[in-house]
Amino acid sequence: MEDKKVEIEVKSLNFYYGKDLALKNISMKVYHNKVTALIGPSGCGKTTFLRCLNRMHDLYVGNRYEGEIIFEGKNILDKKIDLIELRAKIGMVFQKPTPFPMSIFDNVAYGLKLKGIKGSELKDRVEAALKDAALWDEVKDRLKESAFSLSGGQQQRLCIARAIAVEPKVLLFDEPTSALDPISTAKIEDLIVELKKKITIVIVTHNMQQAARTSDYTAFMYLGELIEVGPTEKIFTNPDKKLTEDYITGRFG
Amino acid sequence: MGKGFSYLIEIFTKYFLGFWAVFTGLLFPFVVFLILLYESKLAIQNFGIINFLTSTEWDPVRESFGALPMIVGTLISTLIAILLAAPISIGIAIFITELAPSWLKGIFTTTIELLAAIPSIIYGIWGFLVFAKYMREDIEPLLQKIFSPVPILSQLFSGNPTGIDVLTTSIVLSIMIIPFMSSVVKDAFNLVPSVMKESAYGLGATKWEVVKDVVIPYTASGIAGGLILSTGRALGETMAVTFLAGNVPQIPKSLLEPFTTITVALANQFTEADTPLYLSSLFYLSLFLFLISFGVLILAKLMILRIEKKWKK
Repeated sequence: MEDKKVEIEVKSLNFYYGKDLALKNISMKVYHNKVTALIGPSGCGKTTFLRCLNRMHDLYVGNRYEGEIIFEGKNILDKKIDLIELRAKIGMVFQKPTPFPMSIFDNVAYGLKLKGIKGSELKDRVEAALKDAALWDEVKDRLKESAFSLSGGQQQRLCIARAIAVEPKVLLFDEPTSALDPISTAKIEDLIVELKKKITIVIVTHNMQQAARTSDYTAFMYLGELIEVGPTEKIFTNPDKKLTEDYITGRFG
Repeated sequence: MGKGFSYLIEIFTKYFLGFWAVFTGLLFPFVVFLILLYESKLAIQNFGIINFLTSTEWDPVRESFGALPMIVGTLISTLIAILLAAPISIGIAIFITELAPSWLKGIFTTTIELLAAIPSIIYGIWGFLVFAKYMREDIEPLLQKIFSPVPILSQLFSGNPTGIDVLTTSIVLSIMIIPFMSSVVKDAFNLVPSVMKESAYGLGATKWEVVKDVVIPYTASGIAGGLILSTGRALGETMAVTFLAGNVPQIPKSLLEPFTTITVALANQFTEADTPLYLSSLFYLSLFLFLISFGVLILAKLMILRIEKKWKK
């Protein structure tokens, strides 16, 4: 295999919603500037796992982690970790587009302004992010319009631009195309492949073809457990576990 | 039975309930309006519209009636009450929806709702017997002292502190509308989908930045709607105000002067109105209260419609 740098290492992660154990003993590596796809039937814990990676669960009461997630040499499950800083480094894009109630420009500028970036640098970085998100040509003449005036697919690309503007190391995608039409979906998929040149990506998807098209590694989860993880090609053609094969070939799910 | 019965039920729902809906929703307010208009006829003939609205004299003995002091009193006390209640209510709503730990949320929500269940006359008695005394002896002299060097504010707080005045009334009114206002604002805040907030957190925003940049802008028209609905309540409030306003039909020159409102005038004087013109003038006064409240309510509905439209997009 090629030379691989580990971006995030998850070690025996357990996660509880209150008393319910939602993730059981998960250990896996996420490789630098690669796309890792999480697949599995509904309720298997893909999204729960994804939200551990930037500790989004901390916003709600009663959630608890056990184990370690190593990122930049530190265990991010440590209580002392600065969540504001962590979330700026590990960004997130959601199922449905979530534009803020402001102009297109201000949406992309939002995270940058939080970091104290102003003036011409702000403008340049907003433009760069919109270009990286393949949205610039469509919105360059209407940056001051409300973000709600964009189509669903454009809104999702705007959210991606907003997330990459702050130059995160890792970007988490939670079923980013489940609310979009096929053409918008194709654009987002192309974008994900393009983005991995600069950013490590973890994507949760229900769509097996999407995982096959976009990812380098695939992890198959079932009932809160990680069944198998490996190079996408191998998982889709010659998985080690019978359960993985059954899911991939559509025998259940 | 069977088919025929369900057919009857259908007819019943369609026509009977439909009739009641139309009656209570459209006809009833309109009928009230017509009655008020009819009863005001004598006063309208005598004073006209402009004259009645601009005259400051309310003299039952000479039968000269002008509504300006009451209308001004109603609007001023309502406005101050809203200005005082709004920041507190928004603060309470932010605390309940975003900051409070979940066990405290429930307790806090219930206590605030209990405040709304206190009959307004209790607020009036408490204001009159307890709160007015503190206002007269401590708070108002203190405010005069603080603001005496400031040009315009010293005017606002000039006069002899009595505790029965615009300021006390407005403060008690604001306490009375806080439960209502904060629960409307809280409901609006709860409308913000959690992914919206999560996206802001995902960019490294703090709790305060999320509230300021996402929650409040998203719900701006909902907040405005809540404020205006509360205005409707404050406009119509009678009992507490009757205790605290002092019932002097004058346009107050400072916040420490007694005054009156439309509701106070009505509550105090309906039993005393011994001539047709006096009675008719009181009806004319209530006609204006009706119109002001109605206008405010329509404004609130429009605001709320706007936020709902934004959501369905």
